Amino acid sequence: MPLISRGFHGRQSEGPSDRIPPGQHLVDDFPVLSAGPTPHTPLEEWTFTIEGGAEPASWTWEEFRALPSEEVTADIHCVTKWSKLDTVWRGVSLDTLLGLVEHDAGYLLAFCDGGYTTNLPLEHVTDGKAWIAYDYDGEPLEPEHGGPARMLVPHLYFWKSAKWIRGFRLQDEDEPGFWESNGYHILGDPWLEQRYWGD
Amino acid sequence: MAEVVEVRPETSRTKTIAFDVSDWPGHRAGQHVDVRLTAEDGYQAERSYSIASATDASRLELTVERLDDGEVSPYLTEELRPGDAIELRGPVGGYFVWNPGAQGNVLLVGGGSGVVPLMAMARQRSAEGSTIPTRMLYSARSWEDVIYRDELAQLANEDGFDVVYTLTRTQPSGWEGYDRRVDRDLLAEVAPAPGALEVAFVCGPTPFVEAVAGALVELGHEPLRIKTERFGPTGG
Repeated sequence: MPLISRGFHGRQSEGPSDRIPPGQHLVDDFPVLSAGPTPHTPLEEWTFTIEGGAEPASWTWEEFRALPSEEVTADIHCVTKWSKLDTVWRGVSLDTLLGLVEHDAGYLLAFCDGGYTTNLPLEHVTDGKAWIAYDYDGEPLEPEHGGPARMLVPHLYFWKSAKWIRGFRLQDEDEPGFWESNGYHILGDPWLEQRYWGD
Repeated sequence: MAEVVEVRPETSRTKTIAFDVSDWPGHRAGQHVDVRLTAEDGYQAERSYSIASATDASRLELTVERLDDGEVSPYLTEELRPGDAIELRGPVGGYFVWNPGAQGNVLLVGGGSGVVPLMAMARQRSAEGSTIPTRMLYSARSWEDVIYRDELAQLANEDGFDVVYTLTRTQPSGWEGYDRRVDRDLLAEVAPAPGALEVAFVCGPTPFVEAVAGALVELGHEPLRIKTERFGPTGG
């Protein structure tokens, strides 16, 4: 039985309840959250690398952009309580990338400019669940939102959609990343409100 | 469960709310809590707020800025009074936290109510009797918008702690401090030299944090020594 807050009514109009996970509220803008300065890696120095497969795989920016891409429309949910509906992205599906690498891993650890890492079970990034996105709303992704490219895993809290991604390592074990080592949940399912350790 | 024990105005837009939290485990300066409000019909709203106080038994203080179009902050600042109880969860966060082991220079850069978690750090430092060289750079619109003015003046008498203000919109007559937004030149004058900086904590609205963190990197500070916390409409 939750504690009733005397005199609190709230806005009561937080949009379609089947699309807003518990504890979240809608925003129209696109808030920014990150732990440090925004990196600015020139595209000619940018590469995307998959480690931990039978052979290491790496793409330059031009090579990466030549991979088959998809347009994705998704609702996103940040652990800081905001949700945004119907965001439109373009990027390369993890199914496409993992199809190019021979491996038998169960997890990945994404790594990024700025030192950020985040961990994901492969079952949560395959079968059309995750992309490496480089366009947002029809435009190149802005640096403060993770450009030139970020992970997009919309069904998990948005810290899993790592900004400034440069690749990932395929692993047998689930190794906690940056926020996962700093008090945040190992998986982060917004519908189960898996925000913090112990949720 | 947290019981309100005191509500006191800080500025025209901010109030400090003190709670008694019976089973509070203590916290580290810089951490935040989640506040959950529930209406009689079961509707709930949750927001995160930085803790303003140093860890002190079961007492916990939040300083909340009223956002006129906000959903939660007007309730916290205008409606809540001593004796009320609310649901409060935390402490949360393990990165943007004061590390008492630091030996080098610490820089705290706050924009507007972004000063709140930095104040928790200044208070924690003082409570521990720390002499770690620490400078706070505080950007506010006007002198009237500066939160914790008197207490900051007191803390600035302590060994190794000082405060530099910049007032970006209006300044009192005879103001001799900075009167512009924080930029690279200002940081070059106020921040420790690259190499001497142990860690910088930067908190404020996103454009403020982007500008400050970017300028510190341009000045040659290592990105990993710059810890940021941003807020925007999410605090509403």
